[in-house]
Amino acid sequence: MDGMNKICISNLNVFWNRVQALSSINLKVPANKILGIIGPSGSGKTVFLRSLNRLNDLIPEIRIEGRILLDNQDIYHPEFDPVELRKRVGIVFALPIPLPMSIYDNIVFGPMLSGVSKKSVLDMLVERSLKSSFLWDEVKDRLKTSAMRLSGGQQQRLCLARVLAMEPEVILLDEPCSGLDPISTAEIEHALTVLKKDYTIILVTNNTKQAARIADNTAFFLMSEMVEIGPTDTIFTVPCDSRTNDYITGRFG
Amino acid sequence: MKIFSEMAIRRVLTGIAFSAIAMLILIILFILKEGLPFIFQIGPGNFLLSSDWSPLNGKFGIFAMIVGSLWVTAGALFIGLPLGLAGAIFLAEFLPRWAMRIIKPTIELLAGIPSVVYGFIGVMVLAPIIRDSLGGPGLSIMAASIILGVMILPTILSISIDSIKAVPNSYREGSFALGATHWQTIHMAVLPAAKSGIIAGIILGLGRAIGETMAVIMVVGNAAKIPASVLDSARPLTANIALEMGYATGMHRQALFATGVVLLIIIMMLNFAANTAIKNMVKK
Repeated sequence: MDGMNKICISNLNVFWNRVQALSSINLKVPANKILGIIGPSGSGKTVFLRSLNRLNDLIPEIRIEGRILLDNQDIYHPEFDPVELRKRVGIVFALPIPLPMSIYDNIVFGPMLSGVSKKSVLDMLVERSLKSSFLWDEVKDRLKTSAMRLSGGQQQRLCLARVLAMEPEVILLDEPCSGLDPISTAEIEHALTVLKKDYTIILVTNNTKQAARIADNTAFFLMSEMVEIGPTDTIFTVPCDSRTNDYITGRFG
Repeated sequence: MKIFSEMAIRRVLTGIAFSAIAMLILIILFILKEGLPFIFQIGPGNFLLSSDWSPLNGKFGIFAMIVGSLWVTAGALFIGLPLGLAGAIFLAEFLPRWAMRIIKPTIELLAGIPSVVYGFIGVMVLAPIIRDSLGGPGLSIMAASIILGVMILPTILSISIDSIKAVPNSYREGSFALGATHWQTIHMAVLPAAKSGIIAGIILGLGRAIGETMAVIMVVGNAAKIPASVLDSARPLTANIALEMGYATGMHRQALFATGVVLLIIIMMLNFAANTAIKNMVKK
């Protein structure tokens, strides 16, 4: 798969009522790499992520133009099933929102929807995904207690585990470390660099250093446009656009 | 001066709050005082477990009425619960917002229709239909159940809609994002979160069904015997009190108060059971 493009986005425009939230985004996401997306809040990063698994469909005010290809299939084609899409493209939200049920049930929610019902398989998925998100040791003795009682950082890692348990192909992360301490952040980042062997990862982050640390490629969004995209090294050392340079060096944003 | 007025308002509000509670307690005490001695005089077994009700001959068994009340209430839930739940899910989840703004007040208006009007429709329309198509006297448990089922519908609907609407949208998004369809999202994420509110709505509806008197008297037939089928006539506890209160004296009058005691106890037990059920679920 190396070198192939998992997702190709051409001329993507998103409108929220009359306001343009994204304009003419053209972007290719290579498989098994981490794409970091940086930019100030309100620049359209989250809307962009939510377009990739058609979560924006749930908001009637949003209108989408352009083409997004996942493995060369148009995900906005009328015959493309958004439910199947969301099983292949998982998302971790900025605000962790576990469902009001036990930790265990939160994680098996996705697999059970896909028809996995064997207890041993589910147990295995729960353990493996919790270990991948570095939550296992903290919760292994209370898997049946409510997920709402976990701390914010734990809930965030639970949401990551929940997505991993679905075994998607692409993982979208919207500020996955916003509620985490530096140690857990480091653990998540380490997890992501391991996970990219099996997944294509798109990471939206407000923390430019995080993108610099783990992203293979980085895109800079500003005011609903994509200013520039390139290998992370290039973006952070010799960006083409002066606005990128200003943002990275902290002169604005 | 300001502090004085604050204190005064506080005192007045406290007084009003307590007088409401005091009224409830006084009513309960009064019913107990009038009814309990009678129950012990003729014996709880004779009163509760005998279905021989002929006050003029000194026979006061209300078993048939207890059965009648339970039948009618269960029937009302049988009709009202599926309709109410399905309706609430449809209205809250599938209906666009503008349509909701028209339909919800309309539903709440249903609750404001006087029960005598429901009863009238039951007598004039429903009872003849049941008599002609299914047999029996027409004025029956089935007629009462259908009328009561419709009467409790607005209660169940509007409280269920509110609690489904109160489920944070993030739950829905979380579930959709995990690859759930709309229906899977509703029954696996939204309904469990809204469950305690929905149950509260059902309890309120249940209370209304078991306590409703006027509409029930008009359509249930009021025969003081144990009903054999839903097409049979029955006499719920409330109907028994209302029908005979006008002319009852002495022991007979006390027997009606005792009927009230039984009704009160049944309602309290239902409330208690439902509250425990909610508490258990919330804990989980």
